[in-house]
Amino acid sequence: MVLMLDHVTKRFGTFTAVNDLSLTIPEHEMFGFLGANGAGKTTTFRMVLGLLDPSDGTITWKGKRLDYSTSHLIGYLPEERGLYPKLKVRDQIVYLARLRGMRKQEALKELAYWLERFKVPEYENKRVEELSKGNQQKIQFIAACIHKPELLILDEPFSGLDPINVELLKAAVLMLKEQGTTIVFSSHQMHHVEEMCEHLCILHRGKPVVQGGLREIKRAFGKKNLIIHADFRLDFLKNFPGVVKAKTTMEGIELQISGEQTAEDILKDIVGRGFIRKFALEEASLNDIFIEKVGDSFE
Amino acid sequence: MNNFWIIFFHTYLNKLKSKSFIITTILSVVLMLLLTNIHHIIDLFNHNDGKEKVAVLDDTGQLYRPFKQQMKTINHKMILIQYKGSEKEAEAAVRKGSYDAMIQLSFTKQQQPKAVAKAKSIADSELFTNLEQGMQQLKTMAAAAKLHLTPEQLQKFYEPVSFKKSALEKNAKTEEQLNQARGIVYVLLFVIYFSVIMYSNMIAMEVATEKTSRVMEILISSVSPIKQMFAKILGIGCLSLTQLAVFLGVGYYSLKSNMEFFKGGFFDVFGFNEIPAATIMYAVIFFILGYFLYATLAAFLGSLVSRIEDVQQMITPMTMLVVAGFMIAMFGLSKPDAPFITITSYIPFFTPMIMFLRVGMLSIPAWQAIIGIAILAATIAFLAIFGAKVYRGGVLMYGKSNSYKDIKKALQLTKNE
Repeated sequence: MVLMLDHVTKRFGTFTAVNDLSLTIPEHEMFGFLGANGAGKTTTFRMVLGLLDPSDGTITWKGKRLDYSTSHLIGYLPEERGLYPKLKVRDQIVYLARLRGMRKQEALKELAYWLERFKVPEYENKRVEELSKGNQQKIQFIAACIHKPELLILDEPFSGLDPINVELLKAAVLMLKEQGTTIVFSSHQMHHVEEMCEHLCILHRGKPVVQGGLREIKRAFGKKNLIIHADFRLDFLKNFPGVVKAKTTMEGIELQISGEQTAEDILKDIVGRGFIRKFALEEASLNDIFIEKVGDSFE
Repeated sequence: MNNFWIIFFHTYLNKLKSKSFIITTILSVVLMLLLTNIHHIIDLFNHNDGKEKVAVLDDTGQLYRPFKQQMKTINHKMILIQYKGSEKEAEAAVRKGSYDAMIQLSFTKQQQPKAVAKAKSIADSELFTNLEQGMQQLKTMAAAAKLHLTPEQLQKFYEPVSFKKSALEKNAKTEEQLNQARGIVYVLLFVIYFSVIMYSNMIAMEVATEKTSRVMEILISSVSPIKQMFAKILGIGCLSLTQLAVFLGVGYYSLKSNMEFFKGGFFDVFGFNEIPAATIMYAVIFFILGYFLYATLAAFLGSLVSRIEDVQQMITPMTMLVVAGFMIAMFGLSKPDAPFITITSYIPFFTPMIMFLRVGMLSIPAWQAIIGIAILAATIAFLAIFGAKVYRGGVLMYGKSNSYKDIKKALQLTKNE
């Protein structure tokens, strides 16, 4: 009862966009897709949606291949936002909802609910081109989920939104998840994924470099962050055994260390050298993992 | 409802309700009403319709009377008045508007009548033509009188020769029929030409708009691009038929109510009174097939552009094909049996216009028309399959380049390697 990608490869001519990707996304889960620009996220989504056929491998949803007969089960928010600029919000949503197998009356009822939820009921009879970018995004989101899909694919849902709208949309996504929708979303903003997803996959040049549960990934990564603020110079710590990376900040130093043992050793060493205002051992963030795995190609 | 029909009705109704469609339709209808009622309108502005007052200065004292008589047969509404004043005074009277024109009659050295006509401007060519005609006849009469010819002899002299054309081929059309056919074929060719250009343009724009506004990605994730493409083509096709039906209805009604005026005029010559049913049937068939051919072409060309500004550039070669077909058809109107026309009528891109020209003007065997239609239908089928593949890839491509190389890229995108 899952979305399964089984050794999926997509080649365009000589270029390989997605290379041997295998994924299992459990039902009612939120799955995060990370990757730099051009890593193959959108291509993967397009294959899941059946817009592109994989060169190799298979994609199944609950054991069945996805095609146009199942399109009413799937919702899609494309990365490139797109609505008819000249159409009224209402006509637009009804049209798109009907194409996903909804009846007009149902669609209107749902639309009213969503517009109310996003606090923009007055937009129903406005043309899309009259709305701001952020508000267009809300309409686009409504278009993606109005037909209550079982599988919702969100390609960069939060890009280009202000913090208030991000929160509004996040709450909506979480609600859909509570209601049992399986959600796959991509982002290159780590904290969104970190905050919302139990499972994730980091894609790099078409290849999955990290995948699994968020906690396991962090544990497997092993490295931790150590933040020290002190009144004396900490530069010598850069060469301390077990320190992988170091960054001097205004108030002290941020270290990436290979494990907890290193933190203990460092503490022993600096105690007595002066006043230590902060000594904090933190789990590596997804950002650290991403940078480590994807490396220099990610800006 | 099936997705196909949802898209079909969406395309059809949205275009039907769009301002641009309503405005063009209304404007065309108004234009048509104006054209068919043109004689009323001319009358409205032309109060002294033909009743021009012409001052005649007769220097000879002999020419006024016979000239007036001649003019009566040419334009009985024209009023000729013998003017007794001088040339200068007459000119002044014309300037003032008391007269529309003046004409000064005199003899040449050989005692032939000659005339100088003056009006405020020489824009009203009809007036001068009438006066010139009158003078010509006057001169002929004078010359005949010198030769002592009786009016009967003179009439014999001018009697037109009896000349009849007749075709030996069994089904060939008579001269009269051919002229009639030419008129109706000419008009229908125009209709086919304009509609194909206009509506295929509309399709390409529609596809490109959906693609550039990126709504396409959502659409094709719920409906297959192929279904969507054909629903669109059919939707716009129905729109075109709706518009044509309005035009034909208004045109027919307006012509009927103005028939009195057009009777005996060029309408009879052009054969609008009795349009053969077969011609209309072929016109409809070739219009529909022509539309599908070019609409399919336009749809997949439209799917290749990423910016709406590039649509025109992309479909220019296609438009050229239509124009070329129309040019050949125009040439063919005067020489429908030329071998060149016969050959081009089998080239699918030209068939809709040129094969129609041939069936309309000549009595070609039915199998020739059917072969033409078959080739055309096969080409449409091929283009539809090929076009659908390009379309499917094309709508997913967002690049800077807009060239025909993209066709290859689009095909590659849909291939399963």
